[in-house]
Amino acid sequence: MNAPSKFTFVSSDRRVREDRRFVAGQGRYVADITEAGMLHVAIVHAPHTAARIVSFDATRALAMPGVVAVVEGGELSEGVEPLMNGLDTPKVQRYPLAIKYVRYHGEWVAAVVAQTRAEAEDAAECVDVIYETLPHVIDTEEAYKPGSPPVHPAHGSNVLLDRTFNWGDIDGDFAACDHNLSLRVTWGRSSTVPIETFGVVAMWDPWSETLDVRASIQMPKYADQIARALRLPGNGVRVHYDIDVGGSYGVKRGIKHTVLAGYLAMKLKQPVRLIEDRLENMESGDAHGPDRIFDIDVAFSKDGVVRSMKMRAMDNAGAYAGRAPFQLGKPIGAIVGPYRINSVRYQAVSVTSNKAVQEAVRGFGQSPTNYAIETMMDRVAEFVGLDRVEIRRRNFIRHDEFPYLIPSGTRYDSGDYHVVVDKVMKHVDWDSLVAERDRLRATGLYAGIGISACLEPSGGNSSFEPLLNTANTTTTWMESCRINVDALGHITVTIHTTSSGQGHETLASTVIGEVLEIDPDSIRIVRTDSLTSLPGNSPVGSRMAVMLGGSCFHAANKLKTKMVAIAAKNLGCDVNGVDYSGGAFRARASDKKLSWLDLVTIAHRNYHLLPEGFEPGLEATNVYQVPTGNELPTADGRVQMYPCHSFEFHCILVTIDPDTGKVDLRRYVIGHDCGTVINPHIVKGMTLGGIAHGIGAALLEEFVYDSEGQMLAQSFMDYLLPSSHEVPEVEIVHHCTPSPFTVMGQKGSGESGYLGAPAAISGAVNDAVRTLGIRFNKLPMRMTAISDAIADAKSSTANAR
Amino acid sequence: MKIDLIVNGHKRPLDVEPRVTLLDALRDELRLTGAHTGCEHGVCGACTVLIDGEPARSCLIFAVQAEGNAVTTIEAMAAGPGELGVIQDAFCATHGLQCGYCTPGMILTAHALLRDKPSPTREEIVDAISGNICRCTGYGQIVEAIELAAQRLRGANAEAVR
Repeated sequence: MNAPSKFTFVSSDRRVREDRRFVAGQGRYVADITEAGMLHVAIVHAPHTAARIVSFDATRALAMPGVVAVVEGGELSEGVEPLMNGLDTPKVQRYPLAIKYVRYHGEWVAAVVAQTRAEAEDAAECVDVIYETLPHVIDTEEAYKPGSPPVHPAHGSNVLLDRTFNWGDIDGDFAACDHNLSLRVTWGRSSTVPIETFGVVAMWDPWSETLDVRASIQMPKYADQIARALRLPGNGVRVHYDIDVGGSYGVKRGIKHTVLAGYLAMKLKQPVRLIEDRLENMESGDAHGPDRIFDIDVAFSKDGVVRSMKMRAMDNAGAYAGRAPFQLGKPIGAIVGPYRINSVRYQAVSVTSNKAVQEAVRGFGQSPTNYAIETMMDRVAEFVGLDRVEIRRRNFIRHDEFPYLIPSGTRYDSGDYHVVVDKVMKHVDWDSLVAERDRLRATGLYAGIGISACLEPSGGNSSFEPLLNTANTTTTWMESCRINVDALGHITVTIHTTSSGQGHETLASTVIGEVLEIDPDSIRIVRTDSLTSLPGNSPVGSRMAVMLGGSCFHAANKLKTKMVAIAAKNLGCDVNGVDYSGGAFRARASDKKLSWLDLVTIAHRNYHLLPEGFEPGLEATNVYQVPTGNELPTADGRVQMYPCHSFEFHCILVTIDPDTGKVDLRRYVIGHDCGTVINPHIVKGMTLGGIAHGIGAALLEEFVYDSEGQMLAQSFMDYLLPSSHEVPEVEIVHHCTPSPFTVMGQKGSGESGYLGAPAAISGAVNDAVRTLGIRFNKLPMRMTAISDAIADAKSSTANAR
Repeated sequence: MKIDLIVNGHKRPLDVEPRVTLLDALRDELRLTGAHTGCEHGVCGACTVLIDGEPARSCLIFAVQAEGNAVTTIEAMAAGPGELGVIQDAFCATHGLQCGYCTPGMILTAHALLRDKPSPTREEIVDAISGNICRCTGYGQIVEAIELAAQRLRGANAEAVR
């Protein structure tokens, strides 16, 4: 850290309280739940990429042992509403099961319910469906063409979104610049692929008319969406938040699974469990990430100062819309990265295709966008013959310019980019890094250095919703906390979300302990359910440090203020005359004291000693609004997106084996500034984990489809997740630029590492192969692609001789 | 089929279909839910248990095949109820986990490593856990946890992992 901490518990080396139960194998995941009479679901999948369902016959399946029911789309569509679309695209209807048509390979066609999972799977193989295949479209640019086979004929085309924003005088800036260049980069379709697949257990109680849902979920407005789809009142759905989620990083949003399980539980009046198997998770769990082509024109001076950028981002959303197209909207909040780019044209295009459906992935579109921006900066550096670090220094927003308004309407909170880069340069000893690269090159390896500088917008609001969908008027994305002090004086805090490893219990207890000057370990954190919760929006958008932290801070201060008022009355002084320290109260003038327990007793037992108008008991709640972004977008499409902007600067050295194409990450340094760190262990873990995830996206992971729409990466044998061998030891260089917009100066860190790693790795690989005259413009750069490209380059050089 | 499994030192009679995996038998029949289902094809390691002391994928073995072998699960790793073992405590000290889903498999793998190699190099640790996929941490704090556990176990306490 760059300054001594002014905090007692915040930023200190404290254990993450959640860890105890997990190391003992005592986590409580959805697959650990059993209910009496629980039934199991197996899914019948479409064997075609696009087809009409000609006939459906479950007779054989229903005769199988243990089978209770078989439900297909026709029946389901009578009983449920279509799932929510993010964009205003009412004709792109999505149900949990295919209705009359299947639109991608593996799409769910029917649910088989049986006494055991094995029986359900056996019976699923005996459901007889006859299909008539239809034309399909897989390629993104093909899908964008007017004549392409529409995935949803009622919608009229495959275009879900095609909107161009003009922020500033783009044409004027291009005309005024010495140079411009164009580039195209492509982000291949990958995802977060948690080790736990999605699962849900739904139970219908016909006597109280309540649907109880336990799920591996990370989703805003989940309970509302279930209720709406199942035509239940909002208070008819109880989502339990005390379920541990085995990894998510954005994608655990099994709304189709949940609506299906809920429907079956209500129909059959028995608990129903639906757990994806691994193939379902990968092929038809509707949890793929962005699949995006970027076309960029950039205008700059001969000194490498970038003035304007035109970016077209075209994303292949897959067969249904869902919330995924918003992943083209969130990056608008950091569309210029950490740079002073004066004007921007941004065309956001989302198309349907006969691929699986997308879901939110870590960063919500930011990592692909950062990859595009950083590749652009490398190209500009190359064009003007400048060092890649120097070009970034010339374009960075300066520390004294914050808060800084970018062309698309977001005001960045704070940053100190030049200093972070200087610290990293010093840490890596740049000259010796270059020397090491050259030494490695001399040994016959391809070696390259990559850098990336990028932002992590955090504290998520949802301003991209009204920006991309004018029917949507969302201007709040609140988070809440309730603190209760019992009659023995002990503190219990409720938080209102599931967690998937982010350490929210540690976050809440640390912040509240800090404010109340009480040992965080003495504070119990409980997770309630959606019926007993205050409003919240779940841990998306790198928001919980800012939003749950902010809510806890304000609730704790509210409690403290209340207690001080009670103390003042009983100490016979004004509230300003009371000193609060470590849970005790002292009248400054008289030196009379009251202990924490004295106050608790008054609040719980002695109404006659309370200030007039005070409610008895001792509790405080806070519903916290996002610190910025409380307005609808302007007519020209400017809006304040997320409040906080963490910064990361990656500097890496790679080698490539000239024969196999295997990339080896020799050195990995990241400079990281997320403002005030609440728990250093958690932030470190997020950063390292994000980098690992970025390594996967850059080098290994892709949901490849063939031209027939068959997904080729169907298991962990062909969709490769980074193992401990692929992830190097990472050196973190810390810096702290507090945010002026948050209660303790904190910013988000849940996406850190992932947002810059792919760009840095791409830069390093391209630096390594530059002498061959080749470039990699598409992620992932898999080993085979690299070795093929190297071999081609070598043979064409040989042929030219 | 009627079988007798030996799990965490206790004989556990079971009546299972031959096609039931050891993982499903542990989780569904014995309610030992610390071993987790991840990929179901032997790649991710979330289902790792020890069979006669060696890390094994319980998703790739039928329960009936494990009859007569000593099966050890994460539930046997704690020193007592509410009392962490040395390796478990080291994982807490370095925050060698996030969501906890891969953690039981990691700890059992680390247990076997440290029993055989009390002073593993970083490379040996990386090698040992390379068959256990963690999607959260990027492995850095897991490696640190195992290094810390090794250091502590080399002290007075070496018998604890034998």
